[in-house]
Amino acid sequence: MTETTDRYTRLEMMAISAGRMINDGDILFAGTGVSMLAATVAKKIHAPNSVVFFETGGIDPSLEELPLAVADPRVMVGTCLNTGLIDSFSILANPRFRTVAFLGAAQIDCYGNLNSTSLGNYHHPKARFPGSGGACDAASLASGVIIFMQHEKRRFVEKIDYLTSPGWLNGGDSRRNAGFKRGGPIAVVTNMAIMEFDSITKKMFLAKTYPDVTPEEVMDHTGFNIDISRSSVAQPPSDDELSILRNQVDPQRLILT
Amino acid sequence: MYGDTIDTKLMSPSQAVSKFVQDGCQIALGGFTVSRNPMLLAREIVRQRLKKLHVVCHSHGQALDLLIGAGCVEHLEIAYGGTGRFAPTCIRFKKAICNGQIMFEDYSNYQMSLRFLAGSMGLPFMATKSGLETDLVKLEGFPSYERGKAKIPSKKLDIIQNPFSQDEDRVILLPALNPDVCILHAQYVGTDGTVRIKGLTFADLEQAKASNHVIISCEEIIPKEVIRQDPDQNSLPPFFIDAVVQEPYSAHPTACHYFYDYDPSHLRLYQNVAHDDEAFEKYLNEWVYDIPDQATYLQKVGLKDLLRIKANSCIGYARNLDRR
Repeated sequence: MTETTDRYTRLEMMAISAGRMINDGDILFAGTGVSMLAATVAKKIHAPNSVVFFETGGIDPSLEELPLAVADPRVMVGTCLNTGLIDSFSILANPRFRTVAFLGAAQIDCYGNLNSTSLGNYHHPKARFPGSGGACDAASLASGVIIFMQHEKRRFVEKIDYLTSPGWLNGGDSRRNAGFKRGGPIAVVTNMAIMEFDSITKKMFLAKTYPDVTPEEVMDHTGFNIDISRSSVAQPPSDDELSILRNQVDPQRLILT
Repeated sequence: MYGDTIDTKLMSPSQAVSKFVQDGCQIALGGFTVSRNPMLLAREIVRQRLKKLHVVCHSHGQALDLLIGAGCVEHLEIAYGGTGRFAPTCIRFKKAICNGQIMFEDYSNYQMSLRFLAGSMGLPFMATKSGLETDLVKLEGFPSYERGKAKIPSKKLDIIQNPFSQDEDRVILLPALNPDVCILHAQYVGTDGTVRIKGLTFADLEQAKASNHVIISCEEIIPKEVIRQDPDQNSLPPFFIDAVVQEPYSAHPTACHYFYDYDPSHLRLYQNVAHDDEAFEKYLNEWVYDIPDQATYLQKVGLKDLLRIKANSCIGYARNLDRR
């Protein structure tokens, strides 16, 4: 598996693929890294009325320079409002709006439940990650979640070591039965493919592979059984999309390199 | 007792910390990952070799990692430990957890913020739907023999049926937090003690209002008449504040909006030493124990780096700062 084709990198494909899932007018709960690229590229191309906001309280910043953390002073500039966490999560959870959150994690299971806390025993972990931050809140309260992952067997696992952020829980109606009014993962965007969730079982299936990846390769990199029967080939990024991403979204090459 | 001057509250970092922070006390940290961490106050806590602190925070970075690395922390309630690309997971935090050196309990950012809000309102708990069926709810972090001791809640949280619904509908109840002391950093404090935070406030206001005492460091003290000219811009009234420490760059190496950016070269330096116990001990000596005051600290940081991170006064950060 190569990391680049002639025209674009896998990271660029990820940002543009996720960006295409945004509807104009969505309220976007962004993190940093590739999620920042996806939200900004969508806003600059087809969703000019969408609004990016951060859990730290920066609402609709101008983002002339890319923030490297959600508390970066670059999320405090050109905003309509600078506030704090309580306000920000009340926007995320507000039933009036379609709020879409971008999340990443160390592990994911077939129902899109995420682990960003630890590996092994919780009290005596083999590896420790930063923890939920606002991820559990976004996964619980937003209208929908788009997940970014590196496609590796050790990350796509049968059973995650710690459930930090709720996806479709045990599938079927389990999310609603748990007490969540809405939400759930929309798609998983990786360096190989795009996965979606079955409307009834809520189980992850392969929706689209990137042009230079086969469904079998995706299966080989997934640690649980994944349905590849519905797979098609994803549309590669257009020259326009690439040029906006490179020249307007991340001209300093803080994330793209 | 709440006069209109801060003369009695103005203190050196050493006076403020020895007066309001004790071994074993519960302490809330203001700021968020790489922004407005109360670094000067955290270094002073390390310098005074305070022990067994019970730290409560949402997403924290540099100050938290320093306190943990210096062995000041025994209990930690937290949502996130990281400083973005400089340390995706705080390094001393990670080591302390993996080596069993601290007792810890995980919540989410919203959950922690709501716990401070509950405390600030005099409520015993706050409700949320965030986290149902997750391990944040299912797994207790603190051992059962610690429950109910000092400021440790009798249980991590509870789940109840929504009392206003006939249908099955579950809600999480989170225990309130009322820390012994909150340390935070602001851009401005008025000569009357009014606090003005520029940029995002994170959960600083809830943390300050929930705490029994508040120590605040600030970049500048400005006249009462000036800070009261535009009260819409102000963040906290004077009577919440117990001690004011005025020193420039008190949040370095984290950012302070309109004054300075985060310092990539210091955060990288920290990242390199934090992995290694010996190098980290050396860092503590060099940057904390052997530093008598803020002027010496800034001299050590050096004019070059201080100029590099100086914020543009219109946009509040350093334009085109090399952050790679």
